[in-house]
Amino acid sequence: MGAAALKQQFESMLGGHLDWQSRPMPELVPSGISGIELPRGCLTEIIGPASSGRTSLLVSILAAATAREEVCALVDAEDSFDPVSAAAAGVCLPRLLWVRCSHNAEHALKAADLLIQGGGFGLVAMDLGDTPPNAARRISLTSWFRLRRGVEHTPTVLLTVARQSNAKTCASLVLECAPERVVWSGTRGTSQLLRGMRVRAASTERSKTCSPVFTVVAI
Amino acid sequence: MFACLHGSGNLTALGFEFSPVVEQTAPDTVTLDASGLDRLWGFPQDVAAAIARRASEIRMKVNIALAANPDSAICAARGFAGVSIIPQGDEAKFLGPLPLSWLAPSPELLETLERWGIRRFRDLAALPPLGIAERLGPEGLRLRELARGEAERKLVPLEPPLEFEDQIELEYPVELLEPLAFLLARLLNGLAARLATRALATDELRLRLQLENRATHERTLRLPVPSLDTKALLKLWQLDLAAHPPEAPIVRVWMGMNPVKPRAAQGGLFVPLAPEPVKLELTLARIQAIIGEDRVGSPELVDTHRPGAWGLTNLSQGAGVPSWGPAPRGQIRQSPNFALRVFRPPRAARVALASGQPGFIAADGIRGQVLELAGPWRTSGDWWTSNPWARDEWDIALSDGALYRIYCEPRGWFVEGSYD
Repeated sequence: MGAAALKQQFESMLGGHLDWQSRPMPELVPSGISGIELPRGCLTEIIGPASSGRTSLLVSILAAATAREEVCALVDAEDSFDPVSAAAAGVCLPRLLWVRCSHNAEHALKAADLLIQGGGFGLVAMDLGDTPPNAARRISLTSWFRLRRGVEHTPTVLLTVARQSNAKTCASLVLECAPERVVWSGTRGTSQLLRGMRVRAASTERSKTCSPVFTVVAI
Repeated sequence: MFACLHGSGNLTALGFEFSPVVEQTAPDTVTLDASGLDRLWGFPQDVAAAIARRASEIRMKVNIALAANPDSAICAARGFAGVSIIPQGDEAKFLGPLPLSWLAPSPELLETLERWGIRRFRDLAALPPLGIAERLGPEGLRLRELARGEAERKLVPLEPPLEFEDQIELEYPVELLEPLAFLLARLLNGLAARLATRALATDELRLRLQLENRATHERTLRLPVPSLDTKALLKLWQLDLAAHPPEAPIVRVWMGMNPVKPRAAQGGLFVPLAPEPVKLELTLARIQAIIGEDRVGSPELVDTHRPGAWGLTNLSQGAGVPSWGPAPRGQIRQSPNFALRVFRPPRAARVALASGQPGFIAADGIRGQVLELAGPWRTSGDWWTSNPWARDEWDIALSDGALYRIYCEPRGWFVEGSYD
């Protein structure tokens, strides 16, 4: 008896369509910004040029995760994380493990792999935001597959921040940040202040595409 | 047979030289179970003479008393100088001349007995038990038993301090870490088994390596929570010794473990994610082996206004509990704050001023005309110390669309980071 006949027999006995081959949808966690949710057990990429709001989005995600009392890890390839602005954005610093890789993307990759293998983190973020595109592109697709496989079937959110997409098909979600408008107030030369920036985050995934807009405000 | 030592000095150590069952009765009194010592030395007086001889050898002045029950021995040692041996059955007669104050009765009871004219052991021992029970209650009866030398009780033995240490003397020096790992595993397994038999774990391991050049290489491993996971501990030692290798071949390995109670934690279905502490320690050790020791930790803010001041705390410092506490509630903003990406070290910049304000900037990887700016924000501090700071900060938007924070200080212009 073939598999198709067996399946048909089971379905007739159970009285409905038996969907046993499709993968369950991953659990989504809030990012702290309405309209953006991140899948657990998947690799999410945040990409964009400098001053596009991607670090603000990362910090917002860290703040939301630490507020859920999850322990997070930030693998900082270029040593560019600012604890002062992160604390002001609501990140609970005692729940954050900061790995400073001193301008070495390869070390960052190894550290992220070790953290994922160790398990127990709610979020592991790898910041390649200031890594030169050539160095980031040198990370092989096999390494990204390894990271994706490591985080699969775990409740950990794996996140990378970079200038361009590096993980390609390994990423379940890509959020592309682009600045729309920088908000200044006052008069130039006398009372001008940097008030914030309006950012469009275009998210692309297999099932849907959306482009939420959020505004980052100056501290 | 029981022996009591009364005097000054390390009486406990002296007691343990003669018996494994030693009671610390008082700071100046030690009682020990002397049963069986007669097989070694013969008569009780010979046992007492052996103890006295040993005490004089280590220059201790003690009163020694041997009796059939501990309380009689204690009273005799406290009441009579030198060596006292109380024959079994003659306790009341032997202790009779001692004053009642040696029994340490309550002040009210002592006053009552004083009023009755009872001042010595023999006076109390001669009283009828029924009359004492009616007039003085249970305490009076207990005092009468002590005075007659009839009180029977068991000693409360002093537990010798638990020490979990072991060492291996090597026949030939070990030069490589791999063969050393086998020795470490042997020590770890032995010590962990000893701890496990007492339902204990360890939170601190000490390793002392005697080197061929007569130097000593010492390392200490502190765990965030007590553990007995020998595989994880061995890996931690391997990573630690790879990071801090001894400078010469090893001829002797000594290891000690600090015994503590294991941590009992109740897991829960709805408890948020957290790494398992020992596993996290191992992961951190592996990462530190790759990127360096002082580059991993939890960031903490420093109580100062100096720009770029922060610290890294060791996640292992929480003694017995994970160092992360409950997250503060209600700090999520409706709109996310601008985050700053810091350039470490700050990039030196050449700035062309226009009307006293930055008009053009050129730094490593940054070049452009200043389109918008806000500032200067003048800050200074620590002028009362030898390391003062002062700077003027500007927020600028360049022609390439990027936002930067630059500052000017006496050493020149620098780009601190970019708003992102």
